[in-house]
Amino acid sequence: MTQNPAAQPGNGEPELTDEPQFSIDTVDDAAATPQTELPWAELGLKENEYTSIGEILGRRPTAAELAMYSVMWAEHCSYKSSKVHLRQFGDKVTDRMKQDLMVGIGENAGVTDLGDGWAVTFKIESHNSPSFVEPYQGAATGIGGIVRDIISMGARPVAVMDPLRFGDIDHADTHRVLPGVVSGIGGYGNSLGLPNIGGEVVFDSAYQGNPLVNALAVGVMRHEDLRLANASGVGNRVVLFGARTGGDGIGGASILSSESFDESKPSKRPAVQVGDPFAEKVLIESCLELFHNELVEGIQDLGAAGISCATSELASNGEGGMHVELTNVLLRDPTLTPGEILMSESQERMMAVVTPENAAAFEAVMSRWNVEYSWLGEVTDTERLVIDWDGETIVDVDPRTVAHDGPVYERPYQRPSAQDALQADSFRASAGGENLPATAEDLGAAVVELMSSPNMADKSWITNQFDRFVGGNTALSQPDDAGVIRVDEESGLGVGLSTDGNSRYTYLDPYAGAQLALAESYRNVATSGAVPMAVSDCLNFGSPEDPDVMWQFSEAVRGLSDACQQLEVPVTGGNVSLYNQTAGQPIPPTPIVAVMGRFDDVSRRTPSGFQRWADGQAIYLLGTTADELDGSEYARLRHHLGGTPPQVDLAAEKTLGEILINASRDGMIDSAHDLSQGGLAAALAEMSLRFGVGSRTSIDQVCERDGVDPFTALFSESQTRAVVALPRSEELRFTDMTTARGFPALRLGVVDAESGGIEVSGPFEGSSFGIGIDELKESWSSVIPSRFGAPQDPA
Amino acid sequence: MPTIVVEVMPKPEILDPQGKAIANALPHLGLTGFTGVRQGKRFELTVEGEVTEEVLDSARKAAAEMLSNPVIEDVVSVAVAEDQQTA
Repeated sequence: MTQNPAAQPGNGEPELTDEPQFSIDTVDDAAATPQTELPWAELGLKENEYTSIGEILGRRPTAAELAMYSVMWAEHCSYKSSKVHLRQFGDKVTDRMKQDLMVGIGENAGVTDLGDGWAVTFKIESHNSPSFVEPYQGAATGIGGIVRDIISMGARPVAVMDPLRFGDIDHADTHRVLPGVVSGIGGYGNSLGLPNIGGEVVFDSAYQGNPLVNALAVGVMRHEDLRLANASGVGNRVVLFGARTGGDGIGGASILSSESFDESKPSKRPAVQVGDPFAEKVLIESCLELFHNELVEGIQDLGAAGISCATSELASNGEGGMHVELTNVLLRDPTLTPGEILMSESQERMMAVVTPENAAAFEAVMSRWNVEYSWLGEVTDTERLVIDWDGETIVDVDPRTVAHDGPVYERPYQRPSAQDALQADSFRASAGGENLPATAEDLGAAVVELMSSPNMADKSWITNQFDRFVGGNTALSQPDDAGVIRVDEESGLGVGLSTDGNSRYTYLDPYAGAQLALAESYRNVATSGAVPMAVSDCLNFGSPEDPDVMWQFSEAVRGLSDACQQLEVPVTGGNVSLYNQTAGQPIPPTPIVAVMGRFDDVSRRTPSGFQRWADGQAIYLLGTTADELDGSEYARLRHHLGGTPPQVDLAAEKTLGEILINASRDGMIDSAHDLSQGGLAAALAEMSLRFGVGSRTSIDQVCERDGVDPFTALFSESQTRAVVALPRSEELRFTDMTTARGFPALRLGVVDAESGGIEVSGPFEGSSFGIGIDELKESWSSVIPSRFGAPQDPA
Repeated sequence: MPTIVVEVMPKPEILDPQGKAIANALPHLGLTGFTGVRQGKRFELTVEGEVTEEVLDSARKAAAEMLSNPVIEDVVSVAVAEDQQTA
């Protein structure tokens, strides 16, 4: 609560009295001593990059300038390897896709018009490396970071989601990482009072040593509350507020996220940040009050690259100049050098631009919320970012060269030589594809085996550690197809969100795999009844310096951007996470795609499970089934990965989406579930497991119409399919709608609330099999608890 | 029975939200004069019989590998408690 760090004792932090033990490298020094060699390689810069910094400045950089360039030009912040490909997301946006887009790619998060004066902003980001190093804090600060992106757009965060990828469920390191990540997400998100409404959990030994922890946050605002990150208005003042700056996370963006793990590199400072959700909560509320009272001109959260990023981005997005005195930064550790202060990734900080007239009102809000702040400097018209240390200039740069004009690489890429052989290795022709289940007994056993595998098993041990309902606006959450949040309590206006990504498909064909990730996410949102509107993506890949990985990346971006154009949903932002590899072994390409959709009224949402009161309702299968088992969950059970992923048909996907949305809006259907991993077998099992309500179905007609055997009908992962349950009184209206749209629909059977079992008949030996829901539930729900024990207290 | 006391503190450069919360609360009780609080952990390991160098070694190993998180915490001491002979 002071502008002067010397005027008041540290806010709970030990006040060290040691004088800083370093000499200051000023701009004048840099000009006078051009020969001085700086440790650019240790900061993660390449020689050509260091040379080009010298060319931009016309002299050697100062130590502080070098620190700024090194973090801002790191892969994580500059997108230097991915930029040339990511352009496609912007290039392929049509005018029609822009219709509801208020803010597109490039800001902290994209903003979509929801109607009635409401806008929604959402974004997904990675926090993979920090979560591997320190699972609890890594995952916790992942939530903190993405939530601050949402605040900085002017929105109130309303929910989070977490797509997670871990190594083998039985590997010792998974037992170190998973419990920490799960309680970190719960510990931070629950403390903030944000419901966690979905995500996914996948176990695959390909993520051993490189787990993926992605985090999505969604926020809502009134149109007039929209804020952007720019520093405009000469003479306006620049303020840093929130937590103090400490030595945590220095070099996180440049070293940790932008290089492969290498055990031989010791680091002087820990690259781990510790989060404080209660400080973040106060930051959220104080920012919303600032927005409401129109007290800030521009605002930026401090995430990767800390003050370096905030000052250079605010300055270059505004009128181009800023003058800052760095000794005004409130420190937790007074021994930090200027370079360390510029690079620190201490959490829960924000930077804002405030007019001199509003300064007193700004201070009043800060003291009301008990938030520390310090005025750092002001906006200038010099087009230079000038940073002083005790009156001496240590940084004098064109902010655009730091924030936007970083290096851009056209990394070489080529189709891996093994790709053809991989695609030729189909499941049917493999050893695992022999003697597939064909009798009633074997097919029934296969369904139980599938549902008891780690990836299909009940995830509630994990999701129960997250608060799903806090705030009272959650209409659907895990394990339903999409998370649904009410935005307007009077009209019921709301949003549905889903995140999806199948790295097995993407590994077999990155172009199609990325499209399938979008298609599934789109389908999930539509299945819940929401109209898909916008996309955010988190692209997790290996090292861009590996041409095979770069090919996977370029194909995935091309596939995803083409698919967005066809489905008419724009990408509004996201994140690229490269260098996800350990000991030269990259993770499988994992684009995670989040789709956000709109509900006129969330009370019209369609849940995924058969309802207990819905006895006798008709069950329909929408879409057709082909022999598509390559990359499937069943193939995973047989330890096979090869061939080509299921066909993508985006036009059909759109039609299916319209059917599901209309059926929800008109109240025709009472449950709906999309078909994805595990195919029809998994969908029927999940719909029954949800509320313990059984079904009686027949796959005779599926086999006959589509020309597939019973095994294929049950386990194929053909896309663009969904199962719905509806009252018999609605059957005619529903089938009229599917017929009118030329979309295939087959009546499979009925909901049977009394039987307590899943009964499936078909053209196989024994003619029908039945699975008791209680027994299935027993094995399905014990997979994760049997490995990880009782959930720990998420405190 | 002798007890070995292990003390663990958050590393000095790491944020300690609990300590910070306590420091902010102290003035509300009228307890001024403290410029900082950091909160650590204390473990008591009870030993049957004599504390040999071997037993201390395994306590040190427990402290480093189980009782502390070396990424964010330091073990500041592993010592036999002088006057704590209760089980």
